Amino acid sequence: MSMDEKSRLLKISILRFDPHDPEDFPHMETFEIREAHGMTLYVALNEIREHHDNSLKFDFVCRAGICGSCSMLVNGRPSLACRTLTSKYDEHITLAPLPLFELIGDLSVYTGKWMRGLNKRLESWIHDKEEELNVDKLEERMEPALADEIYELDRCVECGCCVAGCGTAQMNPYFVGAVGLNKIARYQLDPRDKRSDDDYYELIGNEDGVFGCMTLLGCEDVCPKDLPLQSKIAYLRRMMIKNTLK
Amino acid sequence: MKVIYTDVLIVGGGLAGLRVATGVKERGHDAIVLSLVPPKRSHSAAAQGGMQASLANSKMGEGDNEDVHFSDTIKGSDWGADQLVVRMFTHCAPKAIRELAHWGVPWSRVQKGDRSAIINAQKVTISEKEEAHGLITARDFGGTKKWRTCYTSDGTGHSMLFAMANKARQEEVEIHERMEAMSIVHENGRCFGVIARNLMNGELVAYIAKTTTIATGGYGRIYSVSTNAVICQGTAHAMVLETGIGTLGNMEAIQFHPTAIVPVGILTTEGCRGDGGLLLDKDGYRFMPDYEPDKKELASRDVVSRRMTEHMRKGKGVKSRYGDHLWLDITILGRKHIEKNLREVKEICENFLGIDPAEEWIPVRPTQHYSMGGIRTKYTGESQTIKGLYSCGEAACWDMHGFNRLGGNSVSETVVSGMLVAEYISDFLDSKESDMEIHSAKVESFLQKEQDKIDKLLTNTNGEDAYVLRRRMEEIMMEKVGIFRNAKDLKEAVDELEGLYKRSKNIEVFRSKSRAANPALFNAYRTQKMIKVALTAAMGAYLREESRGAHSREDFPARDDKNWLKRTITSWPDENQTLPTVTYEEIEINSMELPPGFRGYGKDLTEHHPDTKTKVDKVEMLTKDMQEKGMSRFEIQDKLMPFIDKLPKKYQGINERFGENI
Repeated sequence: MSMDEKSRLLKISILRFDPHDPEDFPHMETFEIREAHGMTLYVALNEIREHHDNSLKFDFVCRAGICGSCSMLVNGRPSLACRTLTSKYDEHITLAPLPLFELIGDLSVYTGKWMRGLNKRLESWIHDKEEELNVDKLEERMEPALADEIYELDRCVECGCCVAGCGTAQMNPYFVGAVGLNKIARYQLDPRDKRSDDDYYELIGNEDGVFGCMTLLGCEDVCPKDLPLQSKIAYLRRMMIKNTLK
Repeated sequence: MKVIYTDVLIVGGGLAGLRVATGVKERGHDAIVLSLVPPKRSHSAAAQGGMQASLANSKMGEGDNEDVHFSDTIKGSDWGADQLVVRMFTHCAPKAIRELAHWGVPWSRVQKGDRSAIINAQKVTISEKEEAHGLITARDFGGTKKWRTCYTSDGTGHSMLFAMANKARQEEVEIHERMEAMSIVHENGRCFGVIARNLMNGELVAYIAKTTTIATGGYGRIYSVSTNAVICQGTAHAMVLETGIGTLGNMEAIQFHPTAIVPVGILTTEGCRGDGGLLLDKDGYRFMPDYEPDKKELASRDVVSRRMTEHMRKGKGVKSRYGDHLWLDITILGRKHIEKNLREVKEICENFLGIDPAEEWIPVRPTQHYSMGGIRTKYTGESQTIKGLYSCGEAACWDMHGFNRLGGNSVSETVVSGMLVAEYISDFLDSKESDMEIHSAKVESFLQKEQDKIDKLLTNTNGEDAYVLRRRMEEIMMEKVGIFRNAKDLKEAVDELEGLYKRSKNIEVFRSKSRAANPALFNAYRTQKMIKVALTAAMGAYLREESRGAHSREDFPARDDKNWLKRTITSWPDENQTLPTVTYEEIEINSMELPPGFRGYGKDLTEHHPDTKTKVDKVEMLTKDMQEKGMSRFEIQDKLMPFIDKLPKKYQGINERFGENI
């Protein structure tokens, strides 16, 4: 770690709480560390854990912005911590766990459980009416442009940033969030999924689904994968309305 | 004591583990997956460039088939792989990819007509056939004769993992998340499950199962810089060693990927070079053609990594505060291509380097990437020494990659091995043989042993700091068990790691004493396990006095088939040992379909085995004879090395492919 004189002394304030410790209560704790060249919050938090407080809880897996584990509030904004360079911030950085998800401790939240629940609720898998696949045969064809379009929506990493940045989700715990709506848009686009628009209406044609969205679009602002959430939510709404009118 | 029973216990929720779970569910068995993290966050998600399967749909893949894929993989392995396993794999890869397409992976497709591409720094036009339109397309990767690597942009692992996890959800596979396997419950050579620890509340749970499958990925994190996710620590490998009877294979076979970014070691896919990217030195000079005039940037990974290191040693590296590096230039591919097919790379460059790779060169250097070694198994995925214990994917050594893995063969292996192992496990479960009996007191003793270890870590005084030991281990592996190896360094590495191992028995968890979600505690016990794994790799490397694939000895530069055509097997029979026990397993030339030969890189220094010549002549003669008789490639292959009957019935069928068997 470079310690040249010019490097800044970072003050990293973290909202801490260990729900397993009956004595503990939510509180802010500030750590001072010397900034290194190219330092990310992944590097900074590991340094704090290794040299200042080895009980600090956080989640990193790929540390490359690919797996979506490390979403947290960075100065109040839902972000992937691993790819957040400290150099882009003032020397005082505030970190808090992602809201709306079950807290495991400190910056670690249980997004996995929430997302699994969502996937079950929306049945986010290909519904192919039990067609038995013969794996020896040539694959089904797909228009190249369509495959690309599906991939675009398939890039969601279920990090939970869109849920944390969502006004509706703050008020309605049953709201599927942009992550859920994006999934429906993805499957609706996919010809391999044989669900009808009626089926999708059953899933999201209500206040907990596409009509719960207040169009504040915090989701699109904070999505680390730059998914086209705004246009997809608008599209789903038009589709759902069309479906009710038919 | 909390006990959970199931038919099939799977440790690891990545592609391999989930595929096993889905397969056994379809056969009517119950499955529980233990995962350190939500399965969709597994390291499989980080695979970027693609999955090899010989579909031959695209123009540049024409003429590809299982035979070509087989021969590429064997050469890539430097003849270290088990040829039967590679045959099974190449036969099933097309089936696995079609299955994944069916489950929702949006594979990139062939677009009929002309398109431009960059090959060997030249702009060329490729014309795709109209009849191939809409089939799965492929890109070029290193060490392959044909363009065979199928992809979804450069987020292939992500798309595969999400489709797989969604399929597992549909099949109602039970996922127990943030559960860490601590030890294997076994008696009289039979595995009965694991003792696991809940990472949220610290509770120890006994999972008792008729079969247990370890699919926990590689052990890259024993190095201080690795492309691997932080959870790839090899602790499950240590767990196998700790049974006293389990064995690991070829732990010294460790791959360094040529192009990880400097300094953080995050991967940029081989697809960068596959799509036409170049490696440049400090003068902006393209050096790879000087070393490998034929394959250039697309030589096998081990070769490119060595050539890059050689070139930097000549003073041609770019100096930086983090040491020397080279440049990866993808600007010549153009912004449109990068933004469509290399999006993750672009994001990584923007977020971690602050550069736009469509305008600027990427600083790269070879970095630890893949573990060819792993839990030694039979072709069925079952341990050779513990009944009911299975392993597949990167965690295993069944042994598909020998001493070097081809890019694109790893995610492919995860799903192929997963689908096969699921069938072998199901067959076992359907037989009387799977009946088991274990006393609860025995299970309790295993659980108590883990409890005692944790108590000791938390109550120890005047002990060692796990972080200090771990960081030193990582440095030793980096400095002394790297790309180029020699006896002096390796001996020092083994000695020093042995010292760390002894000290690790006296680790103390300082200050943070919680039994629940306590990162200091899990770092402590994982460090103990990781040092063991590091020792198996360092010992294997020290003893192997030859160069084969990624294992490159400066003091023994030749591949030595005469003395070293064998697999390294490590075990830890006595818990008081401070070094692993090393034995060897011969690789039979007589059973090979493709006898040892020259890989085609640099000078041929191979010290051949006396049986090689006879076998080469025999295979040539037989092949010629059968070709003259007009036998098909399948009939010829079957005579040389029959494998079909080893496969589960449902996967024995001949593959259709564009232009063949339709």
